Amino acid sequence: MSDLTKLTISQALTGLKNKEFTSVELTQEYLKNMEKGRKYNAYVLETPGEALKSAELSDMHYQNGTARKLEGIPLGIKDLFCTKNIRSTACSHILQNFVPPYESTVTQKLLDEGASFLGKLNMDEFAMGGSNENSCFGAAINPWSKDVALTAGGSSGGSAAAVAANMCAGATGTDTGGSIRQPAAFCGICGLKPTYGRCSRWGIMAFASSLDQAGPMTKDVKDCALMFEVMAGFDKKDSTSANTPVPDISGVLGHSIKGLKIGIPAEYRPDGLNEEITTFWDNAAQMLESRGAEIVPISLLHTKYALPVYYIIAPAEASSNLARYDGIRYGLRVNGSKLDDLYINTRTEGFGAEVKRRIMIGTYVLSAGYYDAYYVKAQKVRRLIKQDFEKAFTKCDLILAPTTPSSAFALGDKHMKENPINMYLNDVFTVSVNLAGLPALSLPIGVGKDGLPLGMQLIGKPFDEETIFKAAYGLEQDVNFKRNV
Amino acid sequence: MAINNEMVKQVAFLARLKIDEDKTESTKDEFNAILNWIEQLQEVNTEGVEPLFSVRDSKLSLRQDEVTDGNIKQDVLKNAPMQEFGYFAVPKVVE
Repeated sequence: MSDLTKLTISQALTGLKNKEFTSVELTQEYLKNMEKGRKYNAYVLETPGEALKSAELSDMHYQNGTARKLEGIPLGIKDLFCTKNIRSTACSHILQNFVPPYESTVTQKLLDEGASFLGKLNMDEFAMGGSNENSCFGAAINPWSKDVALTAGGSSGGSAAAVAANMCAGATGTDTGGSIRQPAAFCGICGLKPTYGRCSRWGIMAFASSLDQAGPMTKDVKDCALMFEVMAGFDKKDSTSANTPVPDISGVLGHSIKGLKIGIPAEYRPDGLNEEITTFWDNAAQMLESRGAEIVPISLLHTKYALPVYYIIAPAEASSNLARYDGIRYGLRVNGSKLDDLYINTRTEGFGAEVKRRIMIGTYVLSAGYYDAYYVKAQKVRRLIKQDFEKAFTKCDLILAPTTPSSAFALGDKHMKENPINMYLNDVFTVSVNLAGLPALSLPIGVGKDGLPLGMQLIGKPFDEETIFKAAYGLEQDVNFKRNV
Repeated sequence: MAINNEMVKQVAFLARLKIDEDKTESTKDEFNAILNWIEQLQEVNTEGVEPLFSVRDSKLSLRQDEVTDGNIKQDVLKNAPMQEFGYFAVPKVVE
């Protein structure tokens, strides 16, 4: 039996159906790989018992001919998702002992289709960060690292590392400003940030509610489609969930993209953009062109304002969402003589530096006297950013752009540490998509001179993941990326 | 709109966080650096532009006001750091 953990989800499903191996065998192989891969710090909690029990059940389903869409597939779950009776911490000290009595909608949907969970994956605390260094469990390490430990990206760094190192067949992530796409690009895997409203946010610890979206992180485009089809769908428990049918994406993979118009935004090519990335970008456009797509120049005028808009709106929403962590109903409590002291002591000890920084910024921009100047102003510019995309999509069907301005950087990087803004700038190509609520998929586009993977993203119209997948599938075949970990 | 040490302490209190005395100065500087960077938004002309609070423009849907869940008191209290008589317990609030 060759190494089962190298199989994609779709390959594993075929093997399981044809009785080439059982789900228990597949799960055991993954558990062995998880043990070998502990140096990557991708898992913050391993749940082998639950995974094996679920695998046994799946094997019975295969025996009985009642296998579901993801029957017997072992997945990893970002620790931001509440999982019933399994500790869920958001990688924050303040939730270190939190064991949810309920299951998030998205993880429930995966379980309902026969998937099993190998454990909970590392991330930046409350999904705030781009390097996974803000986790109370320490940073996840990029499996592509050689001499120096590199970031797996953030916030879904554990998810990306686990998929890249074959420590799960696929993983869930969440993307508020790039937290699925950036780590996917850094670790050489695929990641989809669906249209806002596609995947229910119920049971996912909230960071910035108007931007947060769950999505799949996988070894290839097809797996991404398979997981997306299961994760997406209307949920009455999330008031922003869209009551829009989920299309049959797997069915369109391989369809022609002839006549598709691909937009190349001028503003994503600033002076000083890494030359290698520019070359990969041009090559990707050419590949799509030779498949019959038409390349059109477009403009997204307000791109440079997306980051400052994001760093007003996201902290504002975070400061409000994280007010619930007060030491009363769940999580850490640090006592004080008065109720206010209890709140202050709990929150001061429970939250890490970056989370506190964003809560403070958010509190400030929402406070009386500054609300209009910062918060409302940011929401107005946000509309202009969304309108830029609407205008662009009258000229094109998809937008092609790099996912990140560089490959994975070293953990503890001095330049990133000396000023929080340097870290924020990593999100330059990803945040606009969240502000406008659009779907975008990042896929590996090649390996740079430094030996590290780079990613390219395809951005689509709202609720048109289908077109993204069609183009991404074609591009993936032309790129023929080798996952060499 | 630069902020001073006093305001840093005020914002920290509003957020129910404590900044150590020796960290106030550096927190203030960091805060101001971020605010300066955000300030570039002021150069965008937003006259007549409506703020966009959510990309979902559909109205929130209504549902019947009925119990869809319940009788899970033990579950609700399961994670409480302190509970008494089936309630969340807090320090004395009224003297």
